[in-house]
Amino acid sequence: MSKMIWVLIELENGQPVRSSLEVLGKAAKLGRAEAIVLGAAATEVAPTLGEYGAEKVYVHAEATYDNYLTLPAVEALSNLLQQHQPALLLLATTYELRDIAARLMVRNNLGLITDATDLTFDGESVQVTVPWGGENVVTATHPHGGTGIVLVRPKAFSLERYEGRQAEIETLNVSFSTQAQAIKVLDTVEVASEGPALEDANVVVSGGRGLGKAENYRLVEELASALGGAPGATRAIVDAGWLPYSYQVGQTGKTVKPTLYIACGISGAIQHLAGMKGSKYIVAINKDEHAPILQIADLGVVGDALTILPTLIEEIKKRKA
Amino acid sequence: MKIIVCIKQVPDPNTTVSKLDLDTKHLVRTGVSLILDPGDESTISAAIKLRDTLGNSELIALSMGPTSAQEGMRRALAMGADRAILVTDSALAGSDALATARVLASVIKKEGADLIFCSTESTDGYTGMVPGGIAEFLGIPQLTFAREIKVEGTKAVIKRVIPTGYKTVETTLPALVTIASGSFDAIYPTMKGIMGARKKPFSQLKIADLGIDASQVGDAGARERILTVGKAEARAAGQIIKDDGSAAQKIGDFLQRYQLL
Ligand SMILES: Cc1cc2nc3c(=O)[nH]c(=O)nc-3n(C[C@H](O)[C@H](O)[C@H](O)COP(=O)(O)OP(=O)(O)OC[C@H]3O[C@@H](n4cnc5c(N)ncnc54)[C@H](O)[C@@H]3O)c2cc1C
Ligand SMILES: Cc1cc2nc3c(=O)[nH]c(=O)nc-3n(C[C@H](O)[C@H](O)[C@H](O)COP(=O)(O)OP(=O)(O)OC[C@H]3O[C@@H](n4cnc5c(N)ncnc54)[C@H](O)[C@@H]3O)c2cc1C
Repeated sequence: MSKMIWVLIELENGQPVRSSLEVLGKAAKLGRAEAIVLGAAATEVAPTLGEYGAEKVYVHAEATYDNYLTLPAVEALSNLLQQHQPALLLLATTYELRDIAARLMVRNNLGLITDATDLTFDGESVQVTVPWGGENVVTATHPHGGTGIVLVRPKAFSLERYEGRQAEIETLNVSFSTQAQAIKVLDTVEVASEGPALEDANVVVSGGRGLGKAENYRLVEELASALGGAPGATRAIVDAGWLPYSYQVGQTGKTVKPTLYIACGISGAIQHLAGMKGSKYIVAINKDEHAPILQIADLGVVGDALTILPTLIEEIKKRKA
Repeated sequence: MKIIVCIKQVPDPNTTVSKLDLDTKHLVRTGVSLILDPGDESTISAAIKLRDTLGNSELIALSMGPTSAQEGMRRALAMGADRAILVTDSALAGSDALATARVLASVIKKEGADLIFCSTESTDGYTGMVPGGIAEFLGIPQLTFAREIKVEGTKAVIKRVIPTGYKTVETTLPALVTIASGSFDAIYPTMKGIMGARKKPFSQLKIADLGIDASQVGDAGARERILTVGKAEARAAGQIIKDDGSAAQKIGDFLQRYQLL
């Protein structure tokens, strides 16, 4: 089997998305990493990918990928997969890339493993570590041969730099079928938010059902803003409609790895921990001394978040002043 | 219009931490309480709402699973689905996302549908790969992560959740739509609904009815193998204090000590 490992690079506002670059860096450690970059900005981005580990970059600078979801990329990649048959195709787990992966799996009849947090590859078989139901870690592989698709959890790997590496660049020539332009983006509405994005923030303050009601979530936002961080949430309060899905931290939400994570009124369900236990320091405030979150906190406070948070916000402002 | 909603029965996330059987490497489904996937409740509700808005439409609940899945389907019928189809076959045990999509798509192909609803991801396996897989088997477009959906003539338009807001995305029917969790309030079945559900048509299929060979599904067809199941690294506990009115100050001290301010 070849040691050729492909990574599909996602672009956002003309820039490669960080989670894609993390995956590329890992691929370069495992074998010969090759990147595929599709979209109007692809030509500008391609030469920079060598620095992140790519030996070769396939480029198609074409706005169709930006204006129509999923299908143009599936067509381009399916063609390429048939020509080159890499051992692996790695994609970060993001909204856009997940949709592409599902269709590639079916169109090319390939095995696919989701939610990978680690990978090993010896040129013969790939072993993937997947967190499951809390304690268990499962390793799996593709027994049928063919390219194995693996979706990798963001933040599973850190960014790697390959100083001075210059990627060979090959320009693709794809002509799309009419069906490829079926999923049309009419507009994009950005909801303005202050402060850093959840995934990139150095400090994350999250709230859970223990806050009692949606209005109290502003305490979390105020503390986050006092610390220059981003607010996050548990699935319980996202499902309850307090906040949009984009705030959710956890197994089925975002993975965060900030220097500091403060959990307010969060029980610490295994699925929540999956998204934040890589944080460097964890502070938790919970009324119940038996709450699992306290077991993993560097500083666990048994107390009422609704009384502690207002004082804490003042305390932080005072110390930062 | 004909609408199919794909749903499944899962171990109750509120009472069970899902476990794997160490021999079969399948999800343990015996001795745990099973419920209709909470995400699917929201998805069915979105589908019912749309059916009622469109009028003159039929809503079919479709599932692949063991016979215990019947219960979840009864709930879907009680909520308001018009009829149910369950694919159940011993050959299906251990199916991966590819096989699951293959089976569901072949039922949908037989039935024909203008719109297919799925949840964005299930609560137990949560690969999120089945819906896109179904759409690809059917050769139709997919609209995913919808928090709102509208059908206008032969077009469907959704608001697609993205990390920074939303995108408005449009496609032509037939199409598959996935509903983002928590976007639609679940409809609670009424007593009348529950009674009525018993009289609604409920059919069961085997893979042979779908022209699918046992080698393409279940453990036999799976392209992934679970090799080992081990313990994850635990994170060491730190210091626990009780708030005596000085918690804010102690947290402040902690943050200062580690230069987090
Ligand atoms: C530990 C473990 C790890 C796994 N990892 C993988 C993996 O890496 N790759 C892989 O291919 N499979 C994997 N599986 C198997 C996978 O969970 C099953 O294939 C499952 O049948 C479908 O996937 P899902 O629950 O992830 O569905 P998702 O794609 O998450 O489901 C999304 C939606 O599709 C619809 N849907 C899904 N399944 C059904 C159904 N049976 N009937 C009706 N509607 C349905 C529902 O609307 C559902 O909400 C794993 C299973 C286990 C136990
Ligand atoms: C497959 C699957 C995937 C999931 N994915 C995710 C995910 O990605 N992210 C996620 O977060 N969850 C996820 N969940 C849900 C998860 O299991 C929990 O249900 C959820 O995290 C609980 O949220 P919570 O901590 O806000 O609520 P609860 O569990 O209800 O906890 C509330 C806590 O607040 C405390 N409390 C109450 N009042 C106060 C007060 N005044 N002051 C301080 N503390 C107080 C209570 O003691 C309690 O510990 C998933 C579940 C499943 C099955």
